Amino acid sequence: MPAEIDFHVTRFNPESDQAPYVKTYQVPVRAGMTVLDGLHYIKENLDPSLAWRYSCRMGVCGSCGMLLNGRPMLACNTQILHIATTDLTVGPLPNFDIIRDLVPDLMTMFEKHVALKPYIVRADQAEIDDPAGEFFQSPEELEAYLQFTYCIKCGCCMAACPTLATDARYLGPMPLAAAQRYNADTRDDGRRARNQLTGSSHGAFRCHYAGECSRVCPKGVDPAKAVQYLKRQLVLDYLHLASRKKPCAKLHGPGQGKPLTNITPAPARTV
Amino acid sequence: MRETKYWTWHMAAGVVILFLLGLHMLIMHVGGITHLFAPNGGEATSRENSLYRDGSLFFLVTYIVLLGVALYHGLYGLRTILFELTLKPAVEKAVSLVLLIAGLGLFGLGAWAAFATHAIAIAGARG
Repeated sequence: MPAEIDFHVTRFNPESDQAPYVKTYQVPVRAGMTVLDGLHYIKENLDPSLAWRYSCRMGVCGSCGMLLNGRPMLACNTQILHIATTDLTVGPLPNFDIIRDLVPDLMTMFEKHVALKPYIVRADQAEIDDPAGEFFQSPEELEAYLQFTYCIKCGCCMAACPTLATDARYLGPMPLAAAQRYNADTRDDGRRARNQLTGSSHGAFRCHYAGECSRVCPKGVDPAKAVQYLKRQLVLDYLHLASRKKPCAKLHGPGQGKPLTNITPAPARTV
Repeated sequence: MRETKYWTWHMAAGVVILFLLGLHMLIMHVGGITHLFAPNGGEATSRENSLYRDGSLFFLVTYIVLLGVALYHGLYGLRTILFELTLKPAVEKAVSLVLLIAGLGLFGLGAWAAFATHAIAIAGARG
C-alpha cells in the first residue's frame, strides 16, 4: 500500500504573487520514489502549473537542488520515505532569488564562478596557441584537487552557507572550491590572478567554517576544506612563503612522462 | 590581497593577545600563587606592586603592545561583522575609515595613559 505524504510546496509567481506561499498536495508514495517523482505526480495529476528545474534524474546535472525538510538536497537523489513519514516541505534553495515556484535564480553564483577563472590559466603563449601536447601530472598531484572536480554546481552549498545568507557579495563555497580546484592543479598558473578575488574583502576570509556547505554537498566535494586551503595559500603567498613552482611542463608525443617503477610489466602477447 | 594582509595580521594579533593575556592572568589572577612581578608581597593589585610594574620599561612596552593588538583584533572583527551586512562599497569604505580613526584615537589615548603612569611611577620611585 502506498503511503500518503503531504507535500508542502512553496509557490511563487513574481507576475501575480506578492510573496511566496505554501500549497499542500497529497501524494501517494511507494518505496523507492524520489522527491522528483513526487513533483512529477503533482504536475501530472494535481497542479500542472507547478514549476521546478530538472534534467538528468540521476544526481549528475545538479539542476534539481531544492530545500527538502529544511535541508538543501537534490530532488532526484532523495527518496521521499528516507526523509518523510507524513509531511514533506519542498522549497526553493535559499540565498537565491526565486524565478518561479521551486526555480532559483543561480546567475549570481555563476557570475562569481566565472569571475574566479575556473579554467587552466597559463602564461606561456605556446600552450594557448598549440594545445596538442599533454601535461605530465602524477597520481599524487591529481589527488590534490580531484575531490573538488566532482562539483556539479547544484547550489546546495550556497543555499546552506550562513555567511552568504547575510552577505550577498560573499563569493560563496562553490566558486571558492572551484578556485581551489584550479589553484591546486599543477598544470595551472593562475593562482596569483585568482588571489585578487579570493583574497578580497568578500572572499575566502569571510568563511566562518560553519561546515554546512560540506554537510549538504550531494557529491562529497567538501567546499569548506577547499576554502581553508585557499586561506592558507593566500597567507603563504602574502608572506612570500609559498613555493614558487612553475606549472608542469607540456609533453610532445607519448612516452615522455616518468615511468613508474613499481608496476608489474604486462604479460607477453599471446596472439 | 589587501584583505589577506589584514586577516594575517588579525591572526597574528590573536596569538600575541593569547600570550599577553596569559601573562596578565598569571600576574593578576593567580598572583597569590605565582607572586609574579609583585616584589612587594601581598596583592598583585596593591599600590606598591602596581607602581613597580608601571615603572618597568618591559610593562610599558607590554601595555602598549597589548593595547595595539587588542584594538586591531577587535576592530577588525567588528569590521568583518559589519561587512557581512551587505553594505554598499562606499559605506564599507566609510566604516573602515571610522574604525581606523577610532582605533588610532583609542590607541593614542591608551599609549598616553601608559606613558603618563610610567612617568608618575618613575618620579615616585625617585621620591
